[in-house]
This record gives sequence, structure tokens and C-alpha cells, in this order.
Amino acid sequence: MSLSLPNPNHIYSSRQARMSESDQIILAMEGINKAFPGVQALDDVSLTLKKGEILCLVGENGAGKSTLMKILTGVDKPDSGKITLDGKEIQAKSPQHAQSLGISTVYQEVNLCINLSVAENILLGREPYKLGRIDWAKMNKLASAALHDLLGVDIDVTKPLGSYTVAIQQMVAITRALYIESAKILILDEPTSSLDVNETEQLFKVMRKLKNEGVGIIFITHFLGQVYDVSDRITVLRNGKLVGTYETSAITRVSLISKMIGRNLAEFDEMSKTKLESSKHIRQEALLQARGYGLTGAIQPFDLDLHVGEVVGLAGLLGSGRTEMASILFGSDKADSGSISMNGSLVLDYSPLGSIKRGVALCPEDRKAAGIVDDLTVRENIVLAMQANMGWFKYLSLPEQYEYAEKYIKLLNIATPSADQPVKNLSGGNQQKVILARWLAINPQILILDEPTRGIDVGTKAEIQKLVLSLAEEGKACIFISSELEEVLRTSHRIVVLREREKVAEYSGEVDENTIIHAFAGSEA
Amino acid sequence: MRKSTQRSFTWRSITQSRLFFPLVALSLILLFDFIFIPGFFSIENRGGNLHGSLIDIFRNGSTVMLLAIGMTLVIATGGVDLSVGATMAIAASVAGILMNPSALRNEVFFVTDPTYTFQPLWVVIVSALLISILCGAWNGVLVAYMRIQPMVATLILMISGRGIAQLITNGLRVQITYKPYAFIGQGWIILPFSLYIVAFLFILTWFLTRKTAIGMFIESVGINFRSSYFSGIDEKKIKLLVYTFCGFCAGIAGLVASSNVRTSDASNIGLTTELDAILAVVIGGTAMSGGRFSLLASMIGALVMQAITQSMYAIGVPAFALQAIKAVVVIFVILLFSEQVRNFVQRISTRKKEV
Repeated sequence: MSLSLPNPNHIYSSRQARMSESDQIILAMEGINKAFPGVQALDDVSLTLKKGEILCLVGENGAGKSTLMKILTGVDKPDSGKITLDGKEIQAKSPQHAQSLGISTVYQEVNLCINLSVAENILLGREPYKLGRIDWAKMNKLASAALHDLLGVDIDVTKPLGSYTVAIQQMVAITRALYIESAKILILDEPTSSLDVNETEQLFKVMRKLKNEGVGIIFITHFLGQVYDVSDRITVLRNGKLVGTYETSAITRVSLISKMIGRNLAEFDEMSKTKLESSKHIRQEALLQARGYGLTGAIQPFDLDLHVGEVVGLAGLLGSGRTEMASILFGSDKADSGSISMNGSLVLDYSPLGSIKRGVALCPEDRKAAGIVDDLTVRENIVLAMQANMGWFKYLSLPEQYEYAEKYIKLLNIATPSADQPVKNLSGGNQQKVILARWLAINPQILILDEPTRGIDVGTKAEIQKLVLSLAEEGKACIFISSELEEVLRTSHRIVVLREREKVAEYSGEVDENTIIHAFAGSEA
Repeated sequence: MRKSTQRSFTWRSITQSRLFFPLVALSLILLFDFIFIPGFFSIENRGGNLHGSLIDIFRNGSTVMLLAIGMTLVIATGGVDLSVGATMAIAASVAGILMNPSALRNEVFFVTDPTYTFQPLWVVIVSALLISILCGAWNGVLVAYMRIQPMVATLILMISGRGIAQLITNGLRVQITYKPYAFIGQGWIILPFSLYIVAFLFILTWFLTRKTAIGMFIESVGINFRSSYFSGIDEKKIKLLVYTFCGFCAGIAGLVASSNVRTSDASNIGLTTELDAILAVVIGGTAMSGGRFSLLASMIGALVMQAITQSMYAIGVPAFALQAIKAVVVIFVILLFSEQVRNFVQRISTRKKEV
């Protein structure tokens, strides 16, 4: 394909020139302070980034990673501190301004227009013109070439972005950020949280390529494996303070984790013990029985039994139907075949409210769109489902609401200045805990957790997994969904494997990762 | 140093209160009146009842206040109800025709007997309110169950409503002479009677929303209806409720308005009041996109709207120029609410701290 500029390959060649000056500091942030109402989000944090380097920024939820990046990209203004880019002091006034300075960002949650085409999303604001009008043909060519060359993704760029999976949307977001000729720094905020192994590897390839061309990359992730796969140095933040910056080759995983959470993580080792212990509590009574239960186009009819005291893990690749299975079990989507019964009696009311009344709870995958109500306070978010269950007129009095809120803030260690803080001011992991609290408050018999640990730090992950096991011990049943297979294996007594919207296998007892991966791929026979 | 930080902190908490900007707007208008209109604040005692320009603001503002109560809830769910003016006309027509059915015989019959009515007062009021509740429920069904955009759904009734009202009165203006009915809009018990109606409806609504879970559910649905659905809130029922309630409020407003002019004029009662009500809510700080609402702030918003009108009349702006002048003032008031101006005020307060 012979395209005139700006062909991405040309962009690379222009970057080659900068390569020689590697090891030179391209970005320095010094003594950054930032306070939000009630929280000191950043306390004297410094960071340096060299040319042609991948720097990992790690830390627990609320450590200040996102805030630091928001300051760098001009979303927030620092209270004090100095930012130097290429030797010049800068202060980005807005993300657009930051971009013009050469700082490109891919955010944790995909911030694109899902009703626009892929090509429009990539080239929005940089559309090629012909005779004063947008040259659509060229635009589509440029977009698909960019996707192909940068990430090796081949898709129809004229289709609306919303018709693709979150993973593809993420790829498009990255392509958009990379498609800037002058990008000196690329910030990737949790770009891999919705990508599968191959897609992640592909992204790493791109990252290494850019690195060799002299681009400085700041990579934020919760997957420690990826930190070691790709980074040169690691900067650790904790509670808004800088813990330190380390050469990746010089720090072990265990010491990194303890630096991140400020304590030793023996809990992880204890986990399997706890699981073994808790499996003794499983009883034979089936709490929930699904028979031939399915929804056309979403998930093939499946049978599923859930016992008292059991944690069932749903494993599968992205788009394998895990979320769909969870949502018809909960009733947020209505099944069109089969039936479920709970405690032996047939379920007739398939709706979220009906499920809540039966004691079934679902923490949905999409925390932002289907989980939190961002303008409401922590307290209101916590009591929401309980109040919905009680109806319109049986009102929980304010003191009762505070009591519940305080109880769960303490129980789940939710980091918030007060119960009256709007939940949007909390960090992602703490928002997740608020949603968990909302469901624990209704005292559910069955708790379905769809990706409860996505975008959450190690410490909180362990807390959530422990919580799941302790709930099971109390005689509740859990369905646990996660893209991290290791996590599913660690938490579940039984594992259901899904492939292409179909339940394909079920394993109980000890299974190794390999067996399950083979089941994913369809080669278990 | 600490002292100034503390002062600035309280100043900030005042400026961030929901009532701050509506009150500032109202005070500015009243300040204008105080300077330019002599006797604006004088209140006179006529046989135990209080009269004066200030009282008039409340009395004439009562229709918009009534509408604003219902509109606040609708806007809080992220919707809007354009049909309240038409619903007022329908309620007024029903009430009129039940007291003076002569229009149905196609004759303009001037009743002179102030004690004559075709149906007893309670039947008149209950029927009018039932019809308006029905109008509201119609909107609610269209918005919640048919998933029609609120603006489009309520536009249907906004346009057809006046036609329906004309049909009810056979296209004629219905004279209302029945004395007890006139008391609704014109009566006085120390303060104008319509104010008691507003107060009653306000307190009722406040209890309904703040002493039950409904207020929280309305806000939750307005902020994020998917999350609300996943949390077990029946978003459709909530929407049906608020539109129905908005119709009910409009019905009461229709009774007050028609009682005030002693006619059921289907083509004029409540004309463009839906816009006043929406503006009142917006001035009260409830976002058009839905979410957090404050009934009290909406009430102040309604008073701002009425105070503007009243002041314009008082300084002698002719009626035909009123809308244009009003628009200018409203733009100014709305500017007070823009994010930019708010940030500016806040920046001033922070600057004080630094000094």
C-alpha cells in the first residue's frame, strides 16, 4: 500500500534521529504536591523518565498513580512542584495542551466515542482534508494502516467502535495516542486490564519498538508479571508518597510487593491453606440449580449447580460468555431458555430486584457504567441495594445508614475521608469496595463477582479473595469471574470453563493451569 | 494565618452550598428593587391581611413554585416535562366546565350568582386533579415504558393538551363566578391562600422524597440509571412516579391560575409557564442532566423568576417588552451559575487566603 504521509512508518523514522541521546532524562517531576478535599493525594512526589525507557509506576489503589499522571497531562493542577520536559519547565493546562507538548496518554477506562467509527476515533481532530471536506477514503486507509502497522490489528475501521470488544477499543485508544508525530512521552494507564495474553504481548512489542525509537514510556499496571516483562525501572508510590525508584533487574518480586503495600505478603501463601480449610464447609445441598439455562446470542444453554459454601470460578478468554452467564444468573438480562431454581423452588421473577429479594447479588464487570452512582455519597452507594430491597417507603433512617456505612468502611478498609464523600472522589479500588459493601449489606446467599479485582492493587486483591473464601465459609456461595487465571485457581473450589459462549468443561479439586488453558483453547480432548 | 484559613474555609463552604447562588440572585434583584423602586418593601395591613409588592411576588409566583416542585423531581431523573402549561389548561378547563357547563350548550352564559355551581367544589377539584394526574401518567408511560426521549414525549402533550382543553370547553372561555373557588387563588388568611397551598405541597413533597427512599432513588436514577437498575431500583416506576407527580402539581397550579383570573381560558392559562418552571429549577442548581436536587433551591429559583417579572412591571417596563427584558436578566442570572463564574468566585476566596 503506497500511502502519502503521515504513514506511521514515517513517524518512526523521524524518531530514529532522537535515538542516540538515550540515557538522557527527558522528563523530571519534582516535589509534586496535590490535595483534594480531605485527602493529600500526592505528598512531595518526584519522578524521572529517560529517553527510550519504560518506567513502571506501581502502587496500591489510592497511592496517587493516576493523580500524578493527571497532573502531568494537565487534567489536574498541582498545588506545588516543578515539571521539566526536555529541559524546559512546563505546566500543561489541559490534555490537549499536554499533547501538543508531546505527552500522549491512554487512560485506564476507554475514553472514546463508541458511536463513531474506528477511523474517526483514531483521527478525530486530525482528519485529512480534500477540497475543504474530510477525505473519508484516505482517512479510513490511514486508520487501518495505523492499526495494522502499530499493533498488527486488522479490523474494519468504518464500523462503529462500539461494535468491537473492550480489548479492541483499548487497542484503538492506544493507536490514537501513538498516532501523534511529536509524542515524546507515552503514558499507558492500565492499558492491559482488559487485554488477553496475545493482545498484551502485541502491545509489549509495540512498546519495545517505541522504546528503541527513543520514546519515554510510563506504564501503569497492576499485573506484576508484566512489570518484569517489559520495564527498565520501577517507581513505587504508597499513600501519595514516593517509596523509591528501582532498577527492575535489581529488585525481587517479593520485595517489590512489600514496598508497595508496606507489609509482607504472607497472606498469599496462606490463601491456599484457607481455601483447603474452607472446602470442608461445602455441603451437598444445591443452593442454585440452572437447567438448560441460556440466552440466544449471549450464552448457549448450560447446566450449573451451586452448593452451599462453595466458590465456583468462571474461567475463559475475553468474550467467552463469562459476563453473559453472570448476568442471566442475576437476571439483569433475561434468559430465553431453561430455568433456574433456588433452594429447590423454581424462580419466576427474573429481574435484579427479584434476585436481590432471593439473596442473589452481582458485582458487575463495568464498575463505572453499571456499578457506582458517582455523585451519590459513599453512604448512599452502600445502602442503595438494601434500600431498594426494602422498598420506597420503609426508609432506613440516617443514623442507620451511617451505621451500615461506617461498618463496611471499617470492615473492607475503604479509604475515604468520610461516609459523606461522593464516591467519584474515591480511587478505583475503593469504589470497587463500596460496591462490594453494597452487596454484602443485603446479606446475600449467592454473590456473583464479575471481575471484582480488575484494576485493583495486589493488597486489595488478596483482601477480596480472602473475603470471598470467608463468605463461603459462612455458608454462602460465590461465583468468581476473573481474567487472571491464577486468581480463579486460587479462590475457587470448582472451575467452569467457557469457550465461545458455551460451557465446555468443569473441574473440581486441584487443577493445574495447563489443563484449563488447554480447555480454553479447545484441545482438552 | 490559621485564622484566615479558617475564615476562607467557611466562606468556601458557604459558596459551595446549593442555596448560595439562588439566594445571591434573589438578593441582587431585591437590592435593585430597594434602590430603584420606592415602597417596594412596604407591607401594609388591610383588615388583618398583609399586602405589598413583596407579598405579590410570593402570590404571583405561586403557580411557578407549584410547577417547580414537580419539575425538580422530573429534571432530577434526567428528564424534562414541557407539558405542564398544557396540563394546567386542561385542569382549569375541567374545573371551569364543572362549575359552569354553559359552554357545552354552545352559549356564553354569564352567571352572575356567586353561589351557583354545577357540581360541588370537592368534585370540581378532585376531577381536575385526577385528569392532570392522568396527563402526568401518560407522559410517564411514554418516557419510562416506551423509552421516548422526555422532551419529545412531553412535547406531544404540550401541543395536543391545549387542543384537548379547548375541546373540553367547546372552544369557549368559561367564566367562573363561584365565590368559594375564587378563594383558591385570591383568598387571604393573613397571607395569600395560594401560599399555603405551595407550603403544603412543598412539605408533602419534601417528606415524600426525603423521609422515604424515593428521593435517593430519583437521584440515583438521574445520575446512573444502569447502576440503579443493577442495584434493584425499578427505574421505570420511579420515572412514572415523577411524571405523574409533576402532572399533579401542574393540576394544582392550573386551579390556582384559573381561580386567579376567574376564567378557564384554554389557550392562555399557563402559557410558557413550563419554561419558567424549568428555569426556576435550573436557577435552583439542579443539573438538566439529572442527579442531586434541592426543592428549597428550586423554590428560591421560582421566586427569582417572579421577582424579575414583578420588578420589571414596577419600574414601568411595558408588558410587550417584558419577555425581552426578562430574557436579558435571566441570562445574567444564569451566568452567575456557570462553572466559570463559580470558579472565579472560588478563586477570589482562595486568593484572600494567600494574602
